[in-house]
Amino acid sequence: MSFLTFAWDWLKSPQQWHGPDGIPTRVLQHLGYSGLSLLIAMLVAVPLGLLIGHYGRGGFVAVNVTNIWRAIPTLGLLILVVVLLGLGVLAWLIPLVVLAIPPILLNTYEGVVGVDPELKDAARGMGMTQWQVLWKVEVPVAVPLIMLGLRTSAIFVVATATIAAEIGVGGLGRYIIDGLAANSYGEVAGGAAVIVVLALLVQLLFTGLRRLVVPAGLRLQARSSR
Amino acid sequence: MQWSWIPQNWTIIWPYTLDNALLGLVPPLIGLLISVPVGIACVAKRWLYPPVLSLASAIYALPSLALFVVLIAYTGLGNLTVIIPLTLFSLCVLIPNVVDGLRSVSEPVRQAATAMGFTQLRRLVQVELPLAVPVIIAGLRVAVVSSISLASLGQLIGVSSFGYFFIDGLQRDFPTEIYVGLALTILLALICDLILVGSRALLTPWARGRRIAPSPLTPGPPPAVR
Repeated sequence: MSFLTFAWDWLKSPQQWHGPDGIPTRVLQHLGYSGLSLLIAMLVAVPLGLLIGHYGRGGFVAVNVTNIWRAIPTLGLLILVVVLLGLGVLAWLIPLVVLAIPPILLNTYEGVVGVDPELKDAARGMGMTQWQVLWKVEVPVAVPLIMLGLRTSAIFVVATATIAAEIGVGGLGRYIIDGLAANSYGEVAGGAAVIVVLALLVQLLFTGLRRLVVPAGLRLQARSSR
Repeated sequence: MQWSWIPQNWTIIWPYTLDNALLGLVPPLIGLLISVPVGIACVAKRWLYPPVLSLASAIYALPSLALFVVLIAYTGLGNLTVIIPLTLFSLCVLIPNVVDGLRSVSEPVRQAATAMGFTQLRRLVQVELPLAVPVIIAGLRVAVVSSISLASLGQLIGVSSFGYFFIDGLQRDFPTEIYVGLALTILLALICDLILVGSRALLTPWARGRRIAPSPLTPGPPPAVR
């Protein structure tokens, strides 16, 4: 009577791997919800973080507001949107975007605000415009932190998209919510196992992505300072 | 919004508030008790930190609902099933902050303490840990706010928390109850956050007057941003 035996018994039955309730379909749904939410959160939070970081104003407010922002319980927001607007795309999109914004915003802000002032002075001395300073100096230097923020948000979103099943949409959370309702622990355990593997894979993906997009100069610097 | 619902249901609001506060505060406190010695060990033995950090970020990627479900097989449908995962998440936030906080103590300060005849233990307790307090509290703020927010998920497996108002509100299609749950979660998080900010001021009297307000994340390599 352990978690793994239940999960394994459920996973190895072939019927879990086909059809509209099958694991492949559920994984794709799950990644669809997560990907779209992350994309929108990124489009909102990265420019905002760059702006606050570049001008150096409103940082204190941003840091404290985002800290309390994290307190918003996703389950509550999810249910509120469903009760107010009904079951649609917005029902899962709004809560997941709200969840994904703080890590991206904070890390982008911290990344830009932490750029060495001498670097910025040098860039201005070379005749760069504000826009060029931001785009050619601050953004590349901040990229490692921005990527870290994206990774954290991606993990949050993939983990939390599970709860969306509570309001009746698809995704891997279906197995847990339906399994709990039907008292079938095998389904619950199997679903949980798939979600855990997916979450770890997403984290691995972003760790790899971070290696790819960090500018070569920064990597050199990191190596020599070690 | 039916304001009269609040006084009429005070007798259920208060117990759920206490339950949610318990689930939100116990995990970060246990997490703190574990992460301080672990963090000290990671600073003392450098090779220990990379594997601990990898493990922590892997655990952080796990969906809380999936963890609850895994634990049901072992700890049943009690508070412990929620407290254990939230404690693990708190550790993931706190350990990097304890390590970064201890490492942020400058070498001259350390040498001055040694020159004054402090033993290693005394230097740790009276110099290094106090100086690390702002960074540790920054981590604690994130851990407390997240735990309070995540505690509501416990209701999905029947563990009493503010999640009750969300699920009951959904079943009865009654937005007031959901608003109350959301507002109470944010209010509880805000109060606990203010207490932590206040205790930081009390614990670090030397920092008063100086405008340092460490953000709830620690910049610098390796950044422990959540």
